Amino acid sequence: MSDVAATSLAPVAAERGAAPIMPLSVRDLHLRFGDSVVLDGLDLELGPAGCTVVMGPNGAGKSLLLKLMHGLIQPTSGRISWDGHPPAAVTARQALVFQKPVLLRRTVAANLDFVLKTRGRDRARLGKLLDHVGLAHKAGQPARRLSGGEAQRLALARALATEPEVLFLDEPTASLDPASVLTIERIVAQARDRGVRVVLVSHDIGQARRMADDVAFLYRGRVTEHAPAAEFFPEPRCPAARDYLNGNVVV
Amino acid sequence: MQGMGEALSLALQMVWSGDADLLEIVLLSLRVSLSATLVALLIGLPLGALVAISRFRGRNLVLIVMNALMGLPPVVVGLVVYLHFSRSGPLGFLGLLYTPTAMIVAQTILIAPIVAALSRQVLEDLHAEYAEQFRSLGLSKVQSVQALLWDARYSLLTVGLAGFGRAVAEVGAVIIVGGNIDHLTRVMTTAIALETSKGDLSFALALGIILLVIALGVNAAVQSVRMSAARMSYV
Amino acid sequence: MIRDAFGATALALILAGPVAAQEQSIIVQSTTSTANSGLYDHLLPIFEEETGIQVNVVAVGTGQAIKNAENCDGDVLLVHAKPSEQAFVEAGFGTGRTDLMYNDFVIVGPEADPAGVGGMTDAQDALARIAEAGALFASRGDDSGTHKKEMSLWADTGVAPADGSGAWYRETGSGMGATLNAGIGMGAYVMTDRATWISFGNKQDYEIQVEGDEDLFNQYGVIPVNPETCPSVNIEAARTFADWLLSDDGQAAIGAYEVDGQQLFFPNAPES
Repeated sequence: MSDVAATSLAPVAAERGAAPIMPLSVRDLHLRFGDSVVLDGLDLELGPAGCTVVMGPNGAGKSLLLKLMHGLIQPTSGRISWDGHPPAAVTARQALVFQKPVLLRRTVAANLDFVLKTRGRDRARLGKLLDHVGLAHKAGQPARRLSGGEAQRLALARALATEPEVLFLDEPTASLDPASVLTIERIVAQARDRGVRVVLVSHDIGQARRMADDVAFLYRGRVTEHAPAAEFFPEPRCPAARDYLNGNVVV
Repeated sequence: MQGMGEALSLALQMVWSGDADLLEIVLLSLRVSLSATLVALLIGLPLGALVAISRFRGRNLVLIVMNALMGLPPVVVGLVVYLHFSRSGPLGFLGLLYTPTAMIVAQTILIAPIVAALSRQVLEDLHAEYAEQFRSLGLSKVQSVQALLWDARYSLLTVGLAGFGRAVAEVGAVIIVGGNIDHLTRVMTTAIALETSKGDLSFALALGIILLVIALGVNAAVQSVRMSAARMSYV
Repeated sequence: MIRDAFGATALALILAGPVAAQEQSIIVQSTTSTANSGLYDHLLPIFEEETGIQVNVVAVGTGQAIKNAENCDGDVLLVHAKPSEQAFVEAGFGTGRTDLMYNDFVIVGPEADPAGVGGMTDAQDALARIAEAGALFASRGDDSGTHKKEMSLWADTGVAPADGSGAWYRETGSGMGATLNAGIGMGAYVMTDRATWISFGNKQDYEIQVEGDEDLFNQYGVIPVNPETCPSVNIEAARTFADWLLSDDGQAAIGAYEVDGQQLFFPNAPES
């Protein structure tokens, strides 16, 4: 926490004086839509710091798990506890970067300013935030005319503007150019280093290797393996995870 | 089509000579209908936005009623407003019957449902796109509505135009509550009705042409705002 | 910010109100013929210059004018249906009724004159012949003074025009001008007051077919609305206006009004 500039970008809860909302405990989580079972008794424990990468085949329910933890949707049954708080009570202390950023029909700067203003954050930080994600030169441009990578960096800046304690990212770099991918990974890593708890859904095994402190592998509605990155990548215990890492089709 | 040509030259002649009576009627038409549009926007937009982002029991019923009210017959609105503002009516003490204010009230009642119903549709579509992001950002309902209204502003301009178009073109309500009094409550449409009943059809048609041109002007002005917005690629 | 601007503009527009309404003004609930024929455009400037009282005319059918006045939405009633006017006064809505002026009704029809009533001077006979021939007849059908007169004429013929309603008898439910437009459009006979007819601009091939019957006499009356029934009435100004219309000056002004060289209204106020 010696990086003064970074600290001023996103002070975490402890510095604001509120009790932190970590650790996270997910117990026996079920999510069903009619007859289709998405989550089927999922358990997960997340420690207070670091970057957790959630991996798993398509349709495993990774995005829905993020939305459940963020309090955007309700589970069919089961319990999610952020150090005793239900998700909906702490939504505003977290931020979620969607795979496809939803930007307001305004300029880049206005998109950020909107969040700073409505969330009662220091609006003087606008320039610093734009700088941080490399969009200072685009400040006056319409946000919806940004390229995919620029739009996602703006979405990330907006998420950071809320000064979240937990940052969810749902495949934030899918179909982006390599330069944008690296920029986004660098910004996310910096946030994690400042104490923001990061939960990242990714299909990109390379990205997972670069970013993960620990990996949760989601398969058929459950977390079939949750291990430190250093153990998971060389020697996954779950057979499905092994197939997945080997590039085999896993359904 | 001889009458049409005669009406056209009559219209040009009236405009060219800067006919004072005509100007008065045109200005009153604009004042009444623009005021009604603005008041209808102030009432209809928040209402439309509230229904757009809310889910409650009986919502479908509210939607049906809102949409049905778009078809309010002007004469019925005029009659209801007349009965309220009449000296013997409950609001008679205000002395508003046969004034431009009564006409604004009648037209507002006529078009507020149009603004509410159309803006509800516009805002609901936009909300479908924004809702999850807004909830993730922890915005309050009021903050969400404000953001939706602002981001839909150019679409809502069209909604306002639809309301204005209906207001400036209707005659049934304003002739009852305004009385078509010369130099006091006579507007374009009631003047057209009067000239028609005098059998002065070319004069009536000439006024109609001028009304059409005014409507075109208002629409063109709004369209130019929209175009500049499109150039800035906000839409 | 923008919403504030909207609000302020709206408020300003509404509050601006009519251009500094003159201190004294009255509302006249009037039949349409006096307005559509241009009589008020001739009379009111003279009266307003003399008295400074602004006269606002609401021109509707006699039936509606009486209704509006009964709702206290006028200071003076100027219509042409004597029995209804007397009933209005007797019910306490008016201070008193005075004959003001007269003209007459005529029956107009297309040049071809399908019922062959041209030149007839007995209105009842003419109507009976129109009904017998099944020729089209357009009626106001709106409870106006003209409509009331027409119905009283039919009553004496023994023909019930309602039996032909929708067939040869067409009730427009509209004002005199609209009924003339509709009647001329469909080639129907129409009964109209002479003033409206003379000043009507869309005559096409129509001409007066029946006139000159005493029964076609058309009397206009003026009634100040009773302030005891309607406290909002500006009775002083209303009396001033009625008195002026009935005075030598007012009567002379009425008699002097002409369209195309023809006098439209004949003053007949009682000698004061």
